[in-house]
Amino acid sequence: MAVYKKTYRPYEGELTPSWSRLFTIPRYAFEDLRRSRFISLFYVATFIYPLICALLIYVAHNDSALRLLNVQNASRVISINVTFFQNLLGWQSVMALFLAAFVGPGQVSPDLANNALSLYLARPFSRVEYVLGKMSVLAILASLMTWVPGLLLFALQGYMEGWQWMVDNARLAWAFFFSAWIWIVLVSLLALALSAWVKWKPAAGALMFVVFFVTAAFGATINAVERTNWGHLLSLGYLVGSTWEQLFEGSQRTTTGAVFFRVPIGEELPLWACWTALALVCLACLYMLARRVRGAEVVR
Amino acid sequence: MDPVIQLDNLEVRFGERAILKKLNASLTGQSIGLLGPNGAGKSTLLNTLLGFHRPYSGTARVFGQDIRTHARQVRSLIGYMPENDAFIAGMSGVRFVRLMAELAGLPREHALERAHEAFFYVGLGEVRYRALGTYSLGMKQSAKLAQAIAHGPKLLFLDEPTNGLDPPQRARMIQLIREIRDRGDLRLILSSHLLRDVEECCDEVLILKDGAIAAFCNLEEERRSNRRFLEIETRGENGGCFLEAVEKLGCETAPGAQGRVKLVLPDGLEVRRLYEVAAAQNVQIRRLNHKRDSLEDIFLKAMETANGRV
Repeated sequence: MAVYKKTYRPYEGELTPSWSRLFTIPRYAFEDLRRSRFISLFYVATFIYPLICALLIYVAHNDSALRLLNVQNASRVISINVTFFQNLLGWQSVMALFLAAFVGPGQVSPDLANNALSLYLARPFSRVEYVLGKMSVLAILASLMTWVPGLLLFALQGYMEGWQWMVDNARLAWAFFFSAWIWIVLVSLLALALSAWVKWKPAAGALMFVVFFVTAAFGATINAVERTNWGHLLSLGYLVGSTWEQLFEGSQRTTTGAVFFRVPIGEELPLWACWTALALVCLACLYMLARRVRGAEVVR
Repeated sequence: MDPVIQLDNLEVRFGERAILKKLNASLTGQSIGLLGPNGAGKSTLLNTLLGFHRPYSGTARVFGQDIRTHARQVRSLIGYMPENDAFIAGMSGVRFVRLMAELAGLPREHALERAHEAFFYVGLGEVRYRALGTYSLGMKQSAKLAQAIAHGPKLLFLDEPTNGLDPPQRARMIQLIREIRDRGDLRLILSSHLLRDVEECCDEVLILKDGAIAAFCNLEEERRSNRRFLEIETRGENGGCFLEAVEKLGCETAPGAQGRVKLVLPDGLEVRRLYEVAAAQNVQIRRLNHKRDSLEDIFLKAMETANGRV
């Protein structure tokens, strides 16, 4: 490699397929994230709960282990059912929120801070590809901590319990998969939109929690004052929880939903309202991104 | 030569304000200068060609590709060095250029190799592992040039490449641009409000004023014609005879004060013949100047009269 050869020469080699170029962004982002000890440790820690779940599934199906632990009637203590998977999803989704709060603010703002966006977009690389590339960083990380372990645990349980259990509970698998994706898309878009508008990373991270928790509290206040349930429309946790409930159980509800994403019985909103509110949040995020992700600023 | 850029009634508006007003031109030069005062629309024209602004009406073609319908293909041909700072502060120089080369479509290994080469080429080889945020202004300009050429574009957009550079850095940047131009592998568009930059690097110039084309000329032809215009300063008692002798060579002369003479040489006459005639008439030629301020003249004339073609 003649790096010392101080001359300009045109490039005549092969080019990568254009669809593959957006994956350059997550590759570079992962290299950066790997250098952060805090994020690496946090990410490893997020797998503790799925590991505990795996252990529970194993213990629930292993008589000798139960005898060793001196547990009587273990099947009543450890039941692998819809609540088990909902709680796994709820817990891991909150971890994904933390991850998005730590990782998300560093995605778009460094490119905006010194006008690097114009260089991205001066290449055969569109704004949509840019946003998808940045989203994929969070989507890949969040997938690995939500639906991937969820489906692996489903497979483990199916392996232990038998094929018939898998057939009977197939809804759990696809509900887990789609529910996780609802959350991943929402959190990723929110993190990117805030990153595009708030340059100070800690503030952008903190805003993620404000959007999730403070709006929920505000919604609860409206409910209490106005004696209504419509205040829940301000609570992302409630909205997401409602759609999850529908996916996991349909209209025959037996639980109050996933941990952190409870939908109290008797306080349900129409499902169309929840989906509409979520869609509006996503559209607002896309609008915020569209306003900021531009090759050149337009001063009218 | 095939046109690099064709502008067909290109109009760009920001809201109600027309920034580029129905531009029509066919630019064919190896190296084309975009000249104009600040706010004339030079950067907007480059940004429109890159697809950052959508034309309100009309269109433009880059190497025959319509920017409206083939924006992606157009961008794949271009290397862009923007006017303002453009970098990711926490990223090392070589990693940044590699990222940009990969986004342009180079495979990883090639992108890495060419990022190193580009950094050495622009004279930043020793600092290529330093974070871009720590670079001086001159280094940032060079790094921008490195990312613009790393992927081997066919057309290079240089927007105010000497902005904020001190004289040695400016000379170095101009030298680099001329080297790239002289290799002939790519065409370049240099946007600047500095006449000297354009004059030193370009063979064709498009002058913009208030979003309209104020002048368009071929500098190379201008230079060729200017070579026929001379101003000399003579010493000696045979000044009158010298002028007669020079006129016999076919020159037009206009004598001035203190032995100064303006001459227009006929085609085919070498300047050496003037010295021979002067020696024969026992006249000394103390000074001989080619007309040098051609672009300045053109620019000033263009600023006075809009929509002119020089």
